[in-house]
Amino acid sequence: MSPGPAPRATSALLYLDGVSKSFDGFRAINGLSFIVEPGELHAVIGPNGAGKTTMMDIVTGKTKPDEGTVLWDGRVDLAQIDEAGSARLGIGRKFQKPTVFETHSVEDNLLLALNADRGVFATLFATLSAAQATRIDDLLALVRLEDRRHTLAGGLSHGQKQWLEIGMLLAQDPKLLLVDEPAAGMTDDETMRTAQLLRDIAGDHAVVVVEHDMAFVQALDCCVTVLHQGTVLADGSLAHVSAVPAVIDVYLGR
Amino acid sequence: MSLRALDRRSWVFLGLLFIIVVAVPLANLATAPGSWAHLPSFAVSLFGKYLCYALLAVALDLVWGYCGILSLGHGAFFALGGYAMGMHLMREIGPRGVYGDPVLPDFMVFLNWDHLPWFWHGFDMFWFALAMTMIVPGVLAFVFGWLAFRSRVTGVYLSIITQALTYALMLAFFRNEMGFGGNNGLTDFKDVLGFDLQSDATRAGLFVLSGLALALGFILCRVIVTSKAGKVLVAVRDAESRTRFLGYRVESYKLFVFTVSAMLAGLAGALYTPQVGIINPSEFSPANSIEIVIMVALGGRGTLVGAALGAIVVGAANTLLTGWFPDFWLFVLGGLFVAVTLFMPRGILGVFDRGGPVRPGAPAGLALRRKEA
Repeated sequence: MSPGPAPRATSALLYLDGVSKSFDGFRAINGLSFIVEPGELHAVIGPNGAGKTTMMDIVTGKTKPDEGTVLWDGRVDLAQIDEAGSARLGIGRKFQKPTVFETHSVEDNLLLALNADRGVFATLFATLSAAQATRIDDLLALVRLEDRRHTLAGGLSHGQKQWLEIGMLLAQDPKLLLVDEPAAGMTDDETMRTAQLLRDIAGDHAVVVVEHDMAFVQALDCCVTVLHQGTVLADGSLAHVSAVPAVIDVYLGR
Repeated sequence: MSLRALDRRSWVFLGLLFIIVVAVPLANLATAPGSWAHLPSFAVSLFGKYLCYALLAVALDLVWGYCGILSLGHGAFFALGGYAMGMHLMREIGPRGVYGDPVLPDFMVFLNWDHLPWFWHGFDMFWFALAMTMIVPGVLAFVFGWLAFRSRVTGVYLSIITQALTYALMLAFFRNEMGFGGNNGLTDFKDVLGFDLQSDATRAGLFVLSGLALALGFILCRVIVTSKAGKVLVAVRDAESRTRFLGYRVESYKLFVFTVSAMLAGLAGALYTPQVGIINPSEFSPANSIEIVIMVALGGRGTLVGAALGAIVVGAANTLLTGWFPDFWLFVLGGLFVAVTLFMPRGILGVFDRGGPVRPGAPAGLALRRKEA
């Protein structure tokens, strides 16, 4: 299947088929197929080394697949795109470690993330429009950081940094959000609030969450895909995949 | 736009600079030699030299302090600007050289060359030479940066190749065949635009121009760093890969500031040459470039004002110490760098900020490159 500008090959927002990637002979991803529909909330679980991060790297153009098809919106071949290109297409990525710009204020972090011309000369002469100011206010309210607007992001708590980063992703108004272990290191209360936040976001945006925390995945209440050694072991509801014997063996069982 | 870019500290800096630019020439020209207020002529050129270093340091701070590009080869852009201006000054000597050739500079006559090399044409025109003092470093920085940043060479690796760049240029300029006067460089200048370089008035004029160039360069850098593009630069410095994922083409931003910075460095070099009266390949020496880094680190990285301050402090210390204890200057310079790194990671200006809130956009410390997620 060759990705041309012509009619879409699939209705899915993100379409991976038979994707493989090796690093020095180690097959991080092995014939992986995975589909995300527009507006869908989708959880990906799997033990360490299952290929979750490599999958995200491939989708965001950080890593090029050795073989297989990676299609965005049924048209664009993501294997030909770099990180900035994938961001411009509408793919937002949240890293496991919160990476906000620590020496910028919360407000400036959101400002940098807002959808606007990213060119050097455009930003050099950019001024804040009223619409952008409103958008920043809305985002601050959504991620509950209104009272921290002028705080340097480096001074936020771990959970607040995670929310700020989710806010930064939303500021780009992405079609797809990739969220890597958002609940890691959070308190139970923060975890539940994060799950609620992601469920609020889904619908307007497709959201793919990579997670270890089962309580969190339960709270997301969505379709789950289990990865193991670079391939899909099972998918369906959490109740469904938890009952698959192979899943119990490699991941849930002990 | 430019008024908003200047904070209180910027105005204090520009105010002090204005006072210096007025006071130094006055103390030289308007006072009688021997009077207590009289400033000797050599001091005017010396202070002018410090102002050139200050502009160079501000240019380096733009790329290092705000974008995290630690260039250990900024002296090369400075020297290229200096050579471009030196070439014009050589052409302006005309038939007054030792050998009296109306066109060829003395060193070419000495080497038995019978015509001017192609790249010396046009330098008889001042405007052309002045443009070249910025275009040549700008083009070099653009090509070098385009190759390096596109290949994602960062951190110490980039620093090392910038060091190699200036070293290679030094070796090249030492060669007589290059056509830039070999190890003697360009010297014996007579005048610029008809003004005698030895006269006090010309020296004072060059001093004022250096102050003006520093002020304009500083304001340009302030406008850049306070714009949204400036916030992107700081973002690149602190989390380069994160910035890419936000959709910014990091290499374009690096290329932009690196080129602007090189052009400012070239302008600084152009003002330096007529004031010291010579430009030779030692200006390309790696130690020179490292000295600029120390100036910026001492004053306070990512502050611009600190860079200018550091340049003046290091320049003055250099003058005094090489006069008093010629053998110890390099030890002092090295010790200074160690001391600043250990005890004043945010430089002289950082000491003033101590206890206060961290200024937005200020770098966290002197680390060459922060770990990325």
